[in-house]
Amino acid sequence: MNREITVALVGNPNSGKTTIFNNLTGNRQHVGNYPGVTVEKKFGEVTANDTKIHVVDLPGTYSLTALSVDEQIARKFIIDEQPDVVVDIIDYSNLERNLYLTTQLIELGAPLVLVFNMSDVAEARGIEYDLVGLGENLGAPILPTVGHKGQGTKDIIKAILMVADGEIDPVRPGIQYGREIEKETARLQSLLTEGGLVPDKYNSRWMALKLLENDQEILDELDSSEIRKEIENISRHLNDVHGVNPEIAIADHRYGFISGVCRKTARSTPDTRLTRSDRIDRILTDGRFGLPIFLVLMYLVFHFTFTLGGLPMEWIESFFGWSGEVVTGWWTEGSDSALKSLLVDGIIGGVGGVIVFLPNIMLLFLAISILEDSGYMPRAAFVMDRLMQKFGLQGRSFMPMLIGFGCSIPAIMATRTLDNRRDRLVTMLVLPLMSCGARFPIYALIIPAFFPMKMRGIMLFSIYLFGIILAFVSAKLLRISLLQRTATSLVMELPSYRLPTFNSIITNMWEKSWLYVRKAGTIILGISIVMWAMTSYPKNPEITAGDPGAIQAEYLAYSIAGRVGHAIEPVIKPMGFDWRIGTAMIGAFAAKEVFVAQMGIIFSVGEADEVSEALREKLQRNYSPLVGLCMMLFMLISAPCMATIAVTKQESGLWKWALLQLGGLTLMAYVVTTTVYQVGSLLGMGL
Amino acid sequence: MVETGRRVRLVGIDAGRRLEARLADMGLVPGVEIDVINNTYHGPFIVAVKGSRIVLGRGMALKIDVE
Repeated sequence: MNREITVALVGNPNSGKTTIFNNLTGNRQHVGNYPGVTVEKKFGEVTANDTKIHVVDLPGTYSLTALSVDEQIARKFIIDEQPDVVVDIIDYSNLERNLYLTTQLIELGAPLVLVFNMSDVAEARGIEYDLVGLGENLGAPILPTVGHKGQGTKDIIKAILMVADGEIDPVRPGIQYGREIEKETARLQSLLTEGGLVPDKYNSRWMALKLLENDQEILDELDSSEIRKEIENISRHLNDVHGVNPEIAIADHRYGFISGVCRKTARSTPDTRLTRSDRIDRILTDGRFGLPIFLVLMYLVFHFTFTLGGLPMEWIESFFGWSGEVVTGWWTEGSDSALKSLLVDGIIGGVGGVIVFLPNIMLLFLAISILEDSGYMPRAAFVMDRLMQKFGLQGRSFMPMLIGFGCSIPAIMATRTLDNRRDRLVTMLVLPLMSCGARFPIYALIIPAFFPMKMRGIMLFSIYLFGIILAFVSAKLLRISLLQRTATSLVMELPSYRLPTFNSIITNMWEKSWLYVRKAGTIILGISIVMWAMTSYPKNPEITAGDPGAIQAEYLAYSIAGRVGHAIEPVIKPMGFDWRIGTAMIGAFAAKEVFVAQMGIIFSVGEADEVSEALREKLQRNYSPLVGLCMMLFMLISAPCMATIAVTKQESGLWKWALLQLGGLTLMAYVVTTTVYQVGSLLGMGL
Repeated sequence: MVETGRRVRLVGIDAGRRLEARLADMGLVPGVEIDVINNTYHGPFIVAVKGSRIVLGRGMALKIDVE
């Protein structure tokens, strides 16, 4: 019998849900968007017993109220899509808090399978429950698993099928909320039913409870202002009775239910006041050591990324260089084929320039994955929080910014963890100032061309540091003007530290790197072809003889790109730039890496990559170190590549923000670079 | 200020309706037992509630009433 069922995965953040999802679906996953963190529609499939199981990984949430977008998404999916089974991933070592979400699923009436994950940690701590009894009390089968070791996956699938088939159909418990709340709920229920206000997808008790809980989404959907007023009265009354708002009393009763059930079925629950994680935290989050430790870790991450990445980079460069020669060899020596040029200069040159950076980027993401999986990230966010608050950002903005050093695109998507919209916007807008991987070839070209060996490390570090400083300053400016502060309070769960597993780190790293690769394959490939055309055509028909290098330069001046370069020269002159740099800047708008390729074409060196000696010499001859610095500054600050702007629009929902990002950054780049050049020249640092 | 290492009972939180509800979802309901894991002036305010560790910003910490 061939059939298909849908299964939704829910659970608290840090419960190991993503690992279980990966265990279930393996390679058969599709990601709807870029996963900075778990994204709304991450789905995959697994087949067992002739059944195709569609698994949807819903966002990690603590509850199913409407307090955050993630919760709304999770809830909406369960109610609207009515999955055949809902699998709740629970951290067994942290049972009571995890079961809070479970109580809400029970009340929704979802067919449940409970996965008690991290059972190795629970066992190590001496935690043990009668899982059969507990399952009966909760109305769902319980399966202990160790997700990060891949244990228990088959059991989960078996349970899913049995629940879907109706072979397991336990009695659902009813959760009681005390006399007063029950009375008012029943009353509200009849009011709603009589008024025909209960949509089919809800049951009336659930809806009534949610309304009493002040659930904004359900309240907004309610089509009756009289009942809304009645709810306010009821709330006031219940507040008088309990001393707290109804939703707090309701939460209290849910936890009471959980305590009762756990007490009945606990076999062993040691009282660990101070765990190993707590002891580690004493050091890592200490007021005096926390920040320095964090800075050291960050330095190690960057050192790791830049040094280890060096060797693979060279291999890739050689590979692309070799490919270029091979392809060139397909035509007779000195032939002027357009196709050859397209392949060698356009495609291999353009795309090659991007892929070269893949090792660096992957290493950065690897380091981030390790930090994430070990549980350190919330601590880092906490340590940074105080400093970042001074500039109008929050500690949690830190993670997207760190990712931004690899590529802005996954970084902007990672801002989804910020639930305050203004915080999120400020972070998104200044993110591109975290110098992304694409800008690295520019620095790698210019710094050695103009600065002596001793100064190179410092120059590179200074550029990155300057970007960070500018980001903070811009954030502050945005806060003062357009995006004023709304109050946010820092509340974060600190998961236990744990040793990351090889599998989870690699999967995590690959998810983040994938978009960079995809960008290379699509956008940059496309842009490279366009730029190649713009720099190659139209060809001045009058020039035929002469040194091939000079001919190329002449063609360039005549081409579209060249003409645009000439046209903008007056504008960029205050920065010390000439039309040739102008041409490269235009290409760089599409993708930053193109800047280097373009400079190479302009100075008529065959296929330029950033270690090309000849190009460096030409730069040295034509420009001063001051101009070199200005080029880097402008490329650092100015508008990010088109893809980034597009993602900003997508994530913020409005073109207004994307354009502000584009305009603001370009303007800032112009102002800063002009200032630096003019002041520098005045101080005699010119030629 | 409650010292590190003490076990106290939460009396109430004065933080606006939405934030109170969010904290309640995470286990911080009136009457619940909290272990103060860390509460030094320049450090974070970390509490253990219902078995998990929650860190609260300083502004938040001041709004929590315990006994």
